Amino acid sequence: MWDIFLQSINKSYTESGEKAVNDVSLHVEEGKLFGLIGPDGAGKTTLFRILTTLILADSGTASVGGYDVVKDYKVIRKSIGYMPGRFSLYQDLTVKENLRFFATLFNTTIQDNYGLIEDIYKQIEPFNDRKAGKLSGGMKQKLALCCALIHSPKVLFLDEPTTGVDAVSRKEFWGMLKNLKSKGITIMVSTPYMDEASLCEEIALIQEGNIMSVNTPDEIIAQYPDMLYAIKSPGMNQLLQELRKSELVATANSFGEYHHITFSKQGSMELLLKSLHRSDVEMKPIRPTIEDCFIHLMTHE
Amino acid sequence: MNSQKMISTRDLTKTFGDFVAVNNITFDVRQGEIFGFLGANGAGKTTAMRMLCGLSIPTSGEATIAGYDVYKETEKIKQNIGYMSQKFSLYEDLTVAENIRFFGGIYGLKNGEIKARSRELINALDLNDQKDLLVGSLPLGWKQKLAFSVAIFHHPKLVFLDEPTGGVDPVTRRQFWDMINQASEDGITIFVTTHYMDEAEYCDRISMMVDGYIRALDSPAQLKKQYNAESMDEVFYELARGAKRTE
Repeated sequence: MWDIFLQSINKSYTESGEKAVNDVSLHVEEGKLFGLIGPDGAGKTTLFRILTTLILADSGTASVGGYDVVKDYKVIRKSIGYMPGRFSLYQDLTVKENLRFFATLFNTTIQDNYGLIEDIYKQIEPFNDRKAGKLSGGMKQKLALCCALIHSPKVLFLDEPTTGVDAVSRKEFWGMLKNLKSKGITIMVSTPYMDEASLCEEIALIQEGNIMSVNTPDEIIAQYPDMLYAIKSPGMNQLLQELRKSELVATANSFGEYHHITFSKQGSMELLLKSLHRSDVEMKPIRPTIEDCFIHLMTHE
Repeated sequence: MNSQKMISTRDLTKTFGDFVAVNNITFDVRQGEIFGFLGANGAGKTTAMRMLCGLSIPTSGEATIAGYDVYKETEKIKQNIGYMSQKFSLYEDLTVAENIRFFGGIYGLKNGEIKARSRELINALDLNDQKDLLVGSLPLGWKQKLAFSVAIFHHPKLVFLDEPTGGVDPVTRRQFWDMINQASEDGITIFVTTHYMDEAEYCDRISMMVDGYIRALDSPAQLKKQYNAESMDEVFYELARGAKRTE
């Protein structure tokens, strides 16, 4: 069973005891695509480093595939693939050399596991003799993923693989993950982009070292406690000020083209429309996004 | 100098050997406008921005920034703009107050002015209890808000923001945009890049760079209409997926 367990994990890097990770418990089932969703400084990288046996937690227990991260670290290291947030391949080795190097480290060859990386590798194969340092961002990302997969790991840890990557390349990358998942690999991936949450089967929303919620994206959205509305009218900044001042409105946040609002006890669509004194207002009830849920959890703790 | 146009470029081009990083871009940015500068990785945004900030001399074409020429008046440009990026903003090993004083000095403000404005700024950001803490110890969101305030501390006419909200939590990200809107109302022109497509909606106008060219330039509403798209995300996808270049 290649699942991931974290039980009451704590970790602090400072003497004052400020916690990078605070009493985190999580369970990721075998074969799942699991997302850690949260901003910089939430503790995502710390959790990855504990699970990949690179640092020790201050307290709590963690296991990968039933193996303890402290006692059985050697077994875990052989069975996992890890793509850190920072590009960590050898810049002065070529694409092919990097791949061969990582294969050799794990006592295997590129040919042995070619089937697993084929789809991704084919895209960078034309640049086989180019030094990794000279690759574009998107190609580096693909090479790093190939290197993390070369020993056919049971579990894949990907720390912010899409940060700083444009929207098109991000979509492409999530397509690759879906493919890998279909081959039975358990995947834990982190991202600061809330819109990527819906591409995971299960997610943890994490903020300042605390897990605020763990569930499927649909279930997290279903747990949003209020009715949510989208509102739009010419002069959106001015509208936001008016909404924030209105006693009818409990929360108002800008969400791209619209503002998302919830009503206070005495508020309703009709009353708000009347009180706004605007002729051109579009307002409709909407399904919350993960970002709405994140904001709600952040501001109601 | 034309006070209506904070940025004005005509056929601005930068080549590195055979590689045309920025290819004949022509656009204007009005005073007080929030201008979103979008594009895929490797489209040429960074190179273009470096030219606009007076850090890189163009290969050909013309441009003026706040009325100053990008070939001959680069020092003037640097004094009249603010700049902030996700990667570099403040010195982590200086305190909040020291950072403000340092950047005030760099931008040539007098000591008295620096003192008065520092007090104002620290009050406005509610950082009185934190002003003697090292910036490195502040949460990212606070850092970014402080960095923006420092970037406009010398009251520049124009401020360049390079992915200012990358990795920031969703609440702070919105507070950050409140600050951008306030600065714009105060007459400061905002030139901003972002990977968040919802933020593209907050811009008055947007340009989309693809393979060194500006492929589209208009208000978010017009762009959506033109590309028959529901969201800016779709517009971006439509334009960028044909890109040949990556970073």
